[in-house]
This record gives sequence, structure tokens and C-alpha cells, in this order.
Amino acid sequence: MGIDAAYVWHEETSLKGFDGVFVPGGFSYGDYLRCGAMASRSNVMQEVVRFAAEGGPVLGACNGFQILCEAGLLPGALLLNEQQKFVCRDVFLKTETRRSAWTAEAADIVRIPIAHGEGRYVVEPDDLKRMEDRAQIAFRYVNASGAFDADSNPNGSVDGIAGVLNEAGNVLGLMPHPERATRSILGGTDGIGILKGFQLVMAK
Amino acid sequence: MARISQTIDVARAQILVTLKPSLLDSAGRTVAGSLQNLGFTEVSEVRVGKLIEIELAEYSEARVKEMCEKLLANPVIERFEIKEIV
Repeated sequence: MGIDAAYVWHEETSLKGFDGVFVPGGFSYGDYLRCGAMASRSNVMQEVVRFAAEGGPVLGACNGFQILCEAGLLPGALLLNEQQKFVCRDVFLKTETRRSAWTAEAADIVRIPIAHGEGRYVVEPDDLKRMEDRAQIAFRYVNASGAFDADSNPNGSVDGIAGVLNEAGNVLGLMPHPERATRSILGGTDGIGILKGFQLVMAK
Repeated sequence: MARISQTIDVARAQILVTLKPSLLDSAGRTVAGSLQNLGFTEVSEVRVGKLIEIELAEYSEARVKEMCEKLLANPVIERFEIKEIV
């Protein structure tokens, strides 16, 4: 995509020279205690919190989403899937808002893989209402034709929420993996529209 | 090693972390199903929590509470209770 990327070690205390942050998935610190809990308290995450507060673009996918919630950058939390199973398959997302760089160029219906056991998004009803009022719901799970139904919600997330924004819109967390949907040979390219957020912010 | 720890004074705290009652506990639901399957038909609900034990140089409820708030529990989804073990 023409974006230079470099790994940053968790012990780092500076993000100097970086224009954006991608917190990837996988597992961190064994996901002991709660998924993403220990990682969210690492040195580099303190710096990511500062970076986000200054308006820097931050994207977290899967474990990265859990880490951003645990770090307090995003509302809510992620719990064990309702059906207790690890789910690894393609899902469809409906892009719910265009107000952020992450969603500005995403397809209306995004086909994208998920691979998680703890992706059930939960948030207090009052907070959910506030998030809806402020267009913080970025993506919802839908079926292939873009309609909401119980079968297309893979983990029991409240209101079928797959991804959320912070209030300012510079931080996005989502359970699906945009970075795994960037080549047609790997099954799809719909992730590119989300990752383009980095370019949109840098072009400004 | 056991003898050494007996001769040194250590304080202990026990923290019980539970999922908020309003949230579906999918692990608990699975355990409940398994218990019912074993014939414990009187079981209607199971909630699974976490017990964390900490050894400390000295016990301070305020400090342990801070540990819970900063790391051991997530207030968005969990509640915690602190007990000193004497």
C-alpha cells in the first residue's frame, strides 16, 4: 500500500518519527487475567495513549482492539464468545459511519476474516446510547446482503457491534482483521479500505 | 523454602473478581450445562470468577484496591472483593 511500517517493541517509551500506530492481533502476555490487560499497561502503550490523545491515528485489530479497550482508549470490553467457540471465518460488516479516516473509504459491505475466541463486545446501555449519538459505532456484523440477523453475529456482541471509534474518531478498534484482507489471492481485498485511513491522515 | 517463608512475616490478600451480574457468563453457562448433564438437575445458573492471592510485605486495603483498579479487575465488566488473609 506504500506505507512504511516498523515493529515497535513493547518496552519502547517513544513513538517519535511515527505518523500512525497499528496494534495487531494475536495474543499478548498469555492473555492472562483478561485478554489485552497486561499489554495495555506496557511501556509503549502509555505512549500510544499519549499519541492518541494528540489526535494520532491508532488502529487496533482483534487482540489490538482488546488492548485499546483495556487501555481506556475505547469504551466497552470484549468477553468470551457467546457460543464459547473460537471462530475463524469470513464475515460481512456494514460500515455505519463515514466520519473517520478508517471508515471514509471502506466498502458499504466489507467482507473480512475474523479469528477470535473472545470477541463479544459489551458496553453499558447508557454508554451504548452515547456512542450511537456520537456515531462511534464503526462496523456491525451483517449477512452478505447487508441485513442484520442473529446468524451473522459471530460472537454475541451487543447490537452486532464489530468495531468502534473513540469520540474524536482517530482511534478505531475492531475484531476482524483488515490486514488479512489485502490480497485477492488470500480471499479478499476489503481490508485495504480500512487501512487507507493511515494514508488519508498522513495526506492531510 | 517452606521453612523460610514460615519464619518471615508476610501479609496475604485475597481478591475475588466476578463478572457483573448483568453480563452473560458464557463459561458459567457451559459449566452449568455440564453439571446438569451429570445429574445435578437442581443447578439453574453458574457464574465463574477469579480468585487472586497476593503476598505482600504489609497489608493495606487502599493499596490492594489500587491494584484492582489499575490492573486486576476491569470496572467495565467486573466487580471485585478484597479480603485480608490472617
